[in-house]
Amino acid sequence: MGTVEAITPHEQTQTDEQAPLAHQCLYYMALMREAEDRIERKLYRQGKVLGGVYVGRGQEAIPVGTGLLAQPQDILLPSHRDMAVFFIRGVPVRRVIAQYMGRMGGLTRGRDGNMHMGDMRLGIVSIISALAATVPVASGVALALRYKGTGGVAFSYFGDGATSRGAWHEGVNFATVQKLPVVYICNNNQYAYSTPLELQMACANVADRGPAYNMPAEIVDGNDVFAVYEAAQRAIAHARSGRGPYLLECKTFRMTGHSAHDAAEYVPQSLFEEWAKLDPIERLEAKMLEHRWATREEIDRLRVDVVREVDEAVAWADASPCPDPVTLTEGVYETE
Amino acid sequence: MAAGTTYLEAIRQGIWEEMERDPDVFVIGEDVGVYGGAFKVTAGMFEHFGDRRVVDTPISEEGIVGAAIGAGLMGLRPVAEMQFSDFISCGFDQIVNFAAKCHYRWNAAVPIVVRAPSGGGIHGGPFHSQNPEMWFVRTPGLKVVCPATPYDAKGLIKAAIRDNDPVIFFEHKALYRRVKEDIPDEDYTVPLGRAKVVREGKDLTIVTYGAMVWSALEAAEKLAEEGASIEVVDLRTLLPLDRDTVCDSVRKTSKVLLVHEDTRTGGMAGELAVSITERVFEYLDAPIVRVTAPDTPVPFSPPLEEAFLPNTEKVIEKARWLYRY
Repeated sequence: MGTVEAITPHEQTQTDEQAPLAHQCLYYMALMREAEDRIERKLYRQGKVLGGVYVGRGQEAIPVGTGLLAQPQDILLPSHRDMAVFFIRGVPVRRVIAQYMGRMGGLTRGRDGNMHMGDMRLGIVSIISALAATVPVASGVALALRYKGTGGVAFSYFGDGATSRGAWHEGVNFATVQKLPVVYICNNNQYAYSTPLELQMACANVADRGPAYNMPAEIVDGNDVFAVYEAAQRAIAHARSGRGPYLLECKTFRMTGHSAHDAAEYVPQSLFEEWAKLDPIERLEAKMLEHRWATREEIDRLRVDVVREVDEAVAWADASPCPDPVTLTEGVYETE
Repeated sequence: MAAGTTYLEAIRQGIWEEMERDPDVFVIGEDVGVYGGAFKVTAGMFEHFGDRRVVDTPISEEGIVGAAIGAGLMGLRPVAEMQFSDFISCGFDQIVNFAAKCHYRWNAAVPIVVRAPSGGGIHGGPFHSQNPEMWFVRTPGLKVVCPATPYDAKGLIKAAIRDNDPVIFFEHKALYRRVKEDIPDEDYTVPLGRAKVVREGKDLTIVTYGAMVWSALEAAEKLAEEGASIEVVDLRTLLPLDRDTVCDSVRKTSKVLLVHEDTRTGGMAGELAVSITERVFEYLDAPIVRVTAPDTPVPFSPPLEEAFLPNTEKVIEKARWLYRY
């Protein structure tokens, strides 16, 4: 069975100086939860959102704990359950909702849907549906970051299932050979559509793949935003220092089906119940209360503000026009 | 004027000059560095430009194209080499799903060139002889280039490198050292998306590209002895397709023969035939005919490969029939 010698347990340090960070984390995690709930449980059922809806409920600590560490020169390649990355990089919620609704206000102006969006001005590369396709692209991004001497790091996000694909291995192999500045952030949510981990790979952990590439790998509790944040600090420091890529496996659980149409009846109910107790938002709130970083009233107010922000975003998106069919053939090429 | 420059050397010079001109241009691929590439197209570049700009990769076509895309998104201008165009299928997803769709989806330019030595006639067998251009012509968002001459090869590789869209650049292996031409020393480009009338004529038009341009020219020369005045159109770029130049020629000659080394079904001839009937049907005096490879893999043994490949004789036979029609 796989073992990862590179993994070492890390003591977490909690000080009052972390209070502002905790507030920031809670805001982005709550915003992602509310925006995704609205899309999946409201707009999709109302028929206002069509097509695939993939959410990261229960996984919010991963994009937040890593994304908050990105510097302006860093480039992020989020996967489809990493919505908070967009908010952290400055994409307003209204534009994400409009994207899901196929409106002009979305990042792709109705050209594509759901999380298939990016904006190089904000340093975000769009995924495509073939998972792990962004992993070799991350190598090229990192090559360019080094080529230009920016000191930037590429944040490559993916799930456990994506690590089965050849694209993942080709991308990681090249990046490790070249010692490129890439941080690999895996949300191991235990299921790839209906396929459980044991049918996905023969090793116990995604991190077990690290040593084969002479790459440090670390397993972290993906439902503890501070654990993710601190591990990401180590990973990013390693990559930025020129020592090559670093693999962070964030253990978590997909608290939904693969997408909105999937009831996930193949997942034992006991797993949902077990992981519900480890909800990353509830855990963060409990920690904030325990350390007196926030009062219950402050947390409640933050949650109310987030609901209002999403209300306003939905109204804006709903008022955003659909794309005009006369524009159908525009933009296939940069240079016509 | 560089006298007697080969097709291969013209491509090498084009890449070299672009690397001198623009520090964002770099080369990436298998064995492109110290070894100079399987066909030596990148010979000397590693020594001159260094390992930062001439990047040897593991055997990983998907990784190479993906890395080119990532670097391209960042504003660099990678020139990626597929050792043989037959291996481009390993990078297919990155090309047709990632690179081709970025600009339409999210306004992101992907200024990459993927070079792919293609074509038969070198006894390479099923995996070193294919003409996979139509896989990519079927993909909106890509540009597909198939030069036939050293002049065009150099001008087109330079234009492809300067272009902001993903360009698949097919280099015909049989032309690498076989054709030579005097080309200018000074900087020039050949615009993407423009066909060229490479021989003027009035009785019939042969439309083709790549190595078959030379067979078409040879056939036209031979048939001139029989009194036929044949026009030859070299497409040069397959996507975007210059239908205007093709149709202008058909208006003039009223007969058209379509030729490609690629296999028959779903080949460029089919697309051209429909385009011609849509636009200039009333000018046609004869059926549109084609000479292509049959719908088989490219065979290895010389008699089989010879039977497979279109050549001057096969073009003459069809052109003569059409001329007399």
